[in-house]
Amino acid sequence: MPINCSSCETQRAVLRRPKTGHSVCKECFFRAFEEEIHHTIVSAQLFQPGEKVGIGASGGKDSTVLAHVLKVLNERYNYGLELILVSVDEGISGYRDDSLETVKRNQQQYELPLKIVSYQELYGWTMDQIVKQVGLKNNCTFCGVFRRQALDRGAMMLGVNKICTGHNADDIAETVLMNFLRGDIARLRRCTAITTGSEGAIPRCKPLKYAYEKEIVLYAYFKKLDYFSTECIYSPNAYRGHARAFLKDLEALRPSAIMDIIHSGENLSVKEDVKMPVQGTCTRCGYISSQGLCKACVLLEGLNRGLPKLGIGKHHKLHHKLLAQEPLSEAETRKLKSIDF
Amino acid sequence: MKCKEASAVLIIRVGDAFCRSCFKEYFVHKFRAMLGKNRVVFPGEKVLLAYSGGPSSNAMVQQVQEGLSRDAPKKLRFIPGILFIDEGAVCNQSWEDRERTMSEIENILKATSFPFHILSLEQLFTLPQTMLQMNLAEIPKRDGSYKQAVGSFLGQQKAQAEDGVSDAADRLTQIHIADNSSVECSQSAAFSRPAAEHTAALRDMFNSAKTLTAKQELLHLLRNHLILHVARTHGYSKVMSGESCTRLAVRLLSNISLGRGAFLPLDTGFSDNRYGDVVIVRPMRDYSLKEISFYNRLFNVPSVFIPALDTKASGNSSIQHLSESFITKLQADFPSTVSTVYRTSEKLHVSRTDTTQPKNQQDKCLLCMCTLDTHTGPASAFFATQKSQQLSEKKSLKNVPSAKDSEKQCCNGGQCCKESASCTNSVTGTQDIVHLLCYSCRVTIKDLNSMDKLPSYILKEAEHRTRRMEMRKEIEEFLLDDHSEDI
Ligand SMILES: [Zn+2]
Ligand SMILES: [Zn+2]
Ligand SMILES: [Zn+2]
Ligand SMILES: [Zn+2]
Ligand SMILES: [Zn+2]
Repeated sequence: MPINCSSCETQRAVLRRPKTGHSVCKECFFRAFEEEIHHTIVSAQLFQPGEKVGIGASGGKDSTVLAHVLKVLNERYNYGLELILVSVDEGISGYRDDSLETVKRNQQQYELPLKIVSYQELYGWTMDQIVKQVGLKNNCTFCGVFRRQALDRGAMMLGVNKICTGHNADDIAETVLMNFLRGDIARLRRCTAITTGSEGAIPRCKPLKYAYEKEIVLYAYFKKLDYFSTECIYSPNAYRGHARAFLKDLEALRPSAIMDIIHSGENLSVKEDVKMPVQGTCTRCGYISSQGLCKACVLLEGLNRGLPKLGIGKHHKLHHKLLAQEPLSEAETRKLKSIDF
Repeated sequence: MKCKEASAVLIIRVGDAFCRSCFKEYFVHKFRAMLGKNRVVFPGEKVLLAYSGGPSSNAMVQQVQEGLSRDAPKKLRFIPGILFIDEGAVCNQSWEDRERTMSEIENILKATSFPFHILSLEQLFTLPQTMLQMNLAEIPKRDGSYKQAVGSFLGQQKAQAEDGVSDAADRLTQIHIADNSSVECSQSAAFSRPAAEHTAALRDMFNSAKTLTAKQELLHLLRNHLILHVARTHGYSKVMSGESCTRLAVRLLSNISLGRGAFLPLDTGFSDNRYGDVVIVRPMRDYSLKEISFYNRLFNVPSVFIPALDTKASGNSSIQHLSESFITKLQADFPSTVSTVYRTSEKLHVSRTDTTQPKNQQDKCLLCMCTLDTHTGPASAFFATQKSQQLSEKKSLKNVPSAKDSEKQCCNGGQCCKESASCTNSVTGTQDIVHLLCYSCRVTIKDLNSMDKLPSYILKEAEHRTRRMEMRKEIEEFLLDDHSEDI
């Protein structure tokens, strides 16, 4: 028996919203989904008229839906934004080809400008070359750190005021859980912020912060949006994997759990006397960093010196030597050279 | 190995081997150190030990006995009493089974020679409405330091000794006797069976919860009300609760998932002052469950198995249960999980907003009695959720801004609120309770089929608070500052 849409009460409902449990028609779902993101943007004052906003586009579902919705809302509500798609090409043969194709198609469909920045261009190394040097076991350190910075560096080249990423509610809830389990209090405090980054770096924001992953898929499905599944091809970090599995179980028991966890994260209050790492900037590249040299620059230094282990462990003591371009001692070199596969 | 004499009987962590007597010393020291470090339990203060029958609370009772015994070098100086609440009705146990459990418990408690109270959860239906009100005036003022308090206690004791009252032990006996006359607390072998209608009402209430998660949460909230009530009516100003750090790690994760992030320090910290006049302390929070079971086994500390709501449930039947199996599994893979989670919680504190916010934003949740965490700005998960609700609902309801759940019976008659929002005799409507609740309790209440099943002290207090809020709204413009009375 067909059910009527709980919102308009006239159309036939075609889906049950994972977030609220309401049965709604296609049009009402689109409208609710878009309006919710509009509400997020307006209430958190994410943008100012006239800003140039970079959308981190990976060709995956989150960034595809983000690009689409931002384009729609920018026109519907006259945000007055100049939107531009920014994609990163890590230089992994075969891996990016399909997703970059997707991004290029999106660019045409949405009529948004696109800039693809390559690792080669940004760092002088492709991911394939890095894997050759450090082995498969450690490359996730590189791909995480490099990817995080690639978007900023690319955006800086383009003179963008803000970067939007497709992080959704599930990602945020998962990060809250993960940081809590790992005892990372500094990240725990920051991870629910809708906008991050201050001086030096380009502010990043997450307009899909309150959008459920399942609804993003539903939206893409019914809008017939073209996306490519781009999970990191290397194993994710163990804790994140556990946190993700736990979150899925929670959501099955109580769909609001995702929002409930974000609410928890937003209302955690950290004691003032807890030491927080001071946020400074990297003396070499200007990216935010708690150390004199940011993680990416340390990794690069290691690659360039043929000491790939440099960025993997904790080697803060060596930073002054790196900064001063001094050579390392023989013992230090020996420790950093070998890589276990 | 700590000492070189005896042979090791257990290893707590890698490299930490203990012989029997060193382990005892370590264990006993930890308890005193916890109380000594925090200095919130004052000498001569009446302390209620919330006893569940499980390993952890038995170890706690044992530590209190140990600490109060005369030969203890660093003697504890508070006056203990024990409370056991029988929840058998909720787990559908027969009265015979419940009676058997209670007499088992009674035998253990008798052996402690502390005064004790055994009562059934059905007592909830006899609690007064004032139960949920904050009696700030009655909070004993503790100016001066802990040191002074100890000093004055010792002085008092000396004076009493001169009067012929030898020491605190005698005072204990006196209290024990006095307590025997107490009406509602069972002390004799025959436990007064709760009224059948109360048992039925209790079962009804729990059956109206659609999820095990909500049932467990409700039980936790209501049990706390009863503990608080016993503490207040018997003059206990502290309650000791025996959660181990293993249990607290589970509760932390579970409470984050239940939306209680703002209250983690209260829900799991050493001391919890949400009630104002009665403070909850958790002296067992430094012990792992493993340590406790070792101790109990080595020193023959008794323990009673009592079926709980989730005893027969599968691993992922409720958020609380899921959190427990998750922490247990993770702990097996990463042995530092529990201690890491526990240390993370130490770095949190209760939001500072309390005192800087206008008075009406300092209101306490009707159920968990924490300061409401729903005064967030529009850029928040709380508002985003409401927005989603609104956007998915009937257009006809959208004009009434806060009529979210009003399709359910809102007035006694059930009809009048459908049309107008100005209904005045709405007593048990979801709406009237919901706005008095914190974020997490709202989520819990959403899983209940019916509000009327809640005990009347809650419903009456909800009605009372709603009326006071309406009054406040009406006279707002005449109030000179934010100094309105507590509601
Ligand atoms: Zn519709
Ligand atoms: Zn990776
Ligand atoms: Zn750098
Ligand atoms: Zn020993
Ligand atoms: Zn509450």
